[in-house]
Amino acid sequence: MSNVQIITGNQAAAMAARLCGVQVVAAYPITPQSQLSEILSQYVESGTLRAEYVRVESEHSAMTVCISASTVGARVFTATSANGLLYMHEQLHWAAGSRLPIVMCCVNRGVGAPWSIFNDQQDSLSQRDTGWIQIHCRDNQEIMDNVIQAYRIAEQVYAPVMVCYDGFVLSHTMMPVDVPAADATRSFLPPYRPHTILSPENPKNINPVLLPNPRMNAEGILCDGYMEMRYKLQKAMEDAREVIMKTGREFADAFGRDNGGMLWEYRTDDAEVMLSSMGSVAAEAMAAADQLRAEGIQAGVVGIRVFRPFPKEDVVRAFRNAKTIILFEKSISYGYEGGLCSELKAAFYRRDIHAPIHNYIVGLGGRDVKARELVEAARASVEAVRAGTPEKHTSWLNCITE
Amino acid sequence: MPENLFKINAKEYILPGSRACQGCGLSLAYRFALKALRENTIVTLPASCLCVLHGLYPNTPVNIPCLNCTFASTAASASGIVAGLNALNRTDTTVVAFAGDGGSFDMGIQSLSGAAERGTDFIYVSYDNEGYMNTGTQRSSATPMGALTTTTPVLTKQQHKKDFLKIMEAHDLPYVATTSPSYPIDLYEKFVRAKRIKGTRFIHIHVPCPPGWAYPTKDTVRIGRLAVETGVVVLFEIENGKLCFTGRSRTLAEKGNRLPVVNYIERQGRFKKMSIEQLSQFQRWVDNRWNELLERAAKG
Amino acid sequence: MADPAVGEAGKTGDWRDLKPVIDYGKCVPTVKNRPACYLCWLYCPEGVVKADIRVEIDLTYCKGCGICAEECPSKAITMVREETGNE
Repeated sequence: MSNVQIITGNQAAAMAARLCGVQVVAAYPITPQSQLSEILSQYVESGTLRAEYVRVESEHSAMTVCISASTVGARVFTATSANGLLYMHEQLHWAAGSRLPIVMCCVNRGVGAPWSIFNDQQDSLSQRDTGWIQIHCRDNQEIMDNVIQAYRIAEQVYAPVMVCYDGFVLSHTMMPVDVPAADATRSFLPPYRPHTILSPENPKNINPVLLPNPRMNAEGILCDGYMEMRYKLQKAMEDAREVIMKTGREFADAFGRDNGGMLWEYRTDDAEVMLSSMGSVAAEAMAAADQLRAEGIQAGVVGIRVFRPFPKEDVVRAFRNAKTIILFEKSISYGYEGGLCSELKAAFYRRDIHAPIHNYIVGLGGRDVKARELVEAARASVEAVRAGTPEKHTSWLNCITE
Repeated sequence: MPENLFKINAKEYILPGSRACQGCGLSLAYRFALKALRENTIVTLPASCLCVLHGLYPNTPVNIPCLNCTFASTAASASGIVAGLNALNRTDTTVVAFAGDGGSFDMGIQSLSGAAERGTDFIYVSYDNEGYMNTGTQRSSATPMGALTTTTPVLTKQQHKKDFLKIMEAHDLPYVATTSPSYPIDLYEKFVRAKRIKGTRFIHIHVPCPPGWAYPTKDTVRIGRLAVETGVVVLFEIENGKLCFTGRSRTLAEKGNRLPVVNYIERQGRFKKMSIEQLSQFQRWVDNRWNELLERAAKG
Repeated sequence: MADPAVGEAGKTGDWRDLKPVIDYGKCVPTVKNRPACYLCWLYCPEGVVKADIRVEIDLTYCKGCGICAEECPSKAITMVREETGNE
């Protein structure tokens, strides 16, 4: 029984949080997330979502409230963008280290200085080391679906999940979204079982200071040192791949939509040229691939859905037969190259994949990215490779660089 | 037990062998705060002396559930515990935030102001040892004028202590109190009273610190007492805007025999570089504050 | 998550160089043979004073701060240097 509504990305995210029965929301407004916070407060104040809404005074406090409410056993939700995400950076580390199943939407926006209110992915890229699972959305349907899956993943792995979607491009654009039924969503999400015990019945001291080495407790049992705790987070992230794949399959069974596991592929079966990206640009790349094929270039798209944990084996398999790889990124690791680019190259290390990788930085600060621009870039790269000059310094698409 | 001591909860919530310094004023204060709060309490606290008192994993000396948080976020951490408990219909547990002067009035002021402004139903305790003591006695906004700290090592602190009362009063709180571990029964009673009130309750504890203030460990209670005897610390409570002096401060207010501040200053090594001019400014500051509070108490 | 335990920082009695010694001839509850005074119990930051008729201090954990000796109204407690080589 489909229920297709024409809604913005922010509406989709808010509706998804409500369907998931979140119990505590703490969010601070920031463009282009603000409407998401507003819609949730509308739901709470009108009674369609029974949750505590904490109108915090900053993003740092928004994440703090999520951390402590989740510790107590409540299902929590927050969202932010750009400088708001950066402001809560310390707390992102804290949430991951605490092993809490917090779900947050990052409505991707460029960071200051100088100011931009428009879209790019520098905000979420710069948080890749914090221990959060990162899922990127191609369109508003994926926003709805990924938020729901995020809770199921988070509450099994006990790690927080960031669902990223492009600001304005998706957050403010209306698209058809098939909204899942409330009872079907409830069945898909078992109740949250906290691993943390913060209760007078069983007093414990949570997240105290740990020393470098393992130490004995009062019963003489050797307990983890700091490094063991950190290893466990890494192991959980590595094991999360299985949970993410399984959740995707189970979601497809329950709701009839498969958004890809760690990554999705479009016309890659016989592709020689692989375009790749994360988020809405990956959707644009699909149109670019069609155009390239019409010109006789065998193009396909590998869309990275999950950036953390990094889908190392999946990218090795997906890009195995590429003759040229063209990577469009809405972010850059300053002083080097696009973050995704470096990670792909590292994944291919000693795996016998030698295709040249051309990295294009695109759309920073909301500069529009058109399919035909992707086509032009891809064509230029293909020609350069054919002409025997496969190496290419990172390019900045549609940007004055002289 | 003498009668007034009989009334005090005899249970100890801090097990012996904690990591606090010898003669730690915080340890004494916390002991009585927890006696008043009792078992049905959840504490949250930041990186601070109290965090160290709460011990290193995998052991803790404190028999009360506790959530550690980052330095800036104590009141927000408490807000989240309250919100989570409300969402889960577990509303009878008392949530108490315990942060130091830095965690309340420097880095922690934003989250404290936010939680208080929202009327969050919790007790916020600011234990004030007048410096960043956990990291080795650096200057905070709560350090008194004329004190040496490791970041005011030659010229001493130039500004007066930040007025936490005025800041907290701007938030329309149902209960504000000042306490001292040198008067444990007064402290205990205020925590008992606070526990019964709804809304944001703010309790300040003036905490003498032997290594930070440079005095012998045996003098912790004496120094705290001298602070009250000189009026540097005034014991009072404000319930719905009405201010009353309590305990020894009330007696001093009635009898008018406050000691000159030099009696308090001269016993502490941190004031050894205080100039005559600073001492006289400090005396004036103490006198002005005392008189303001007296006037206010008289108005009722 | 850490669990409550005695001696989190070890046997903190080891921190002392001065230990409290009670003169029961002056200690008020002993002299009066009933509960009385107990200021040492009140002001001990560690809570290691047992407020019985015969007041006892747990020397395994007493840190030797000297507050009890300082506050005792009958001067019944003296801080005595620990002998070297003691456990």
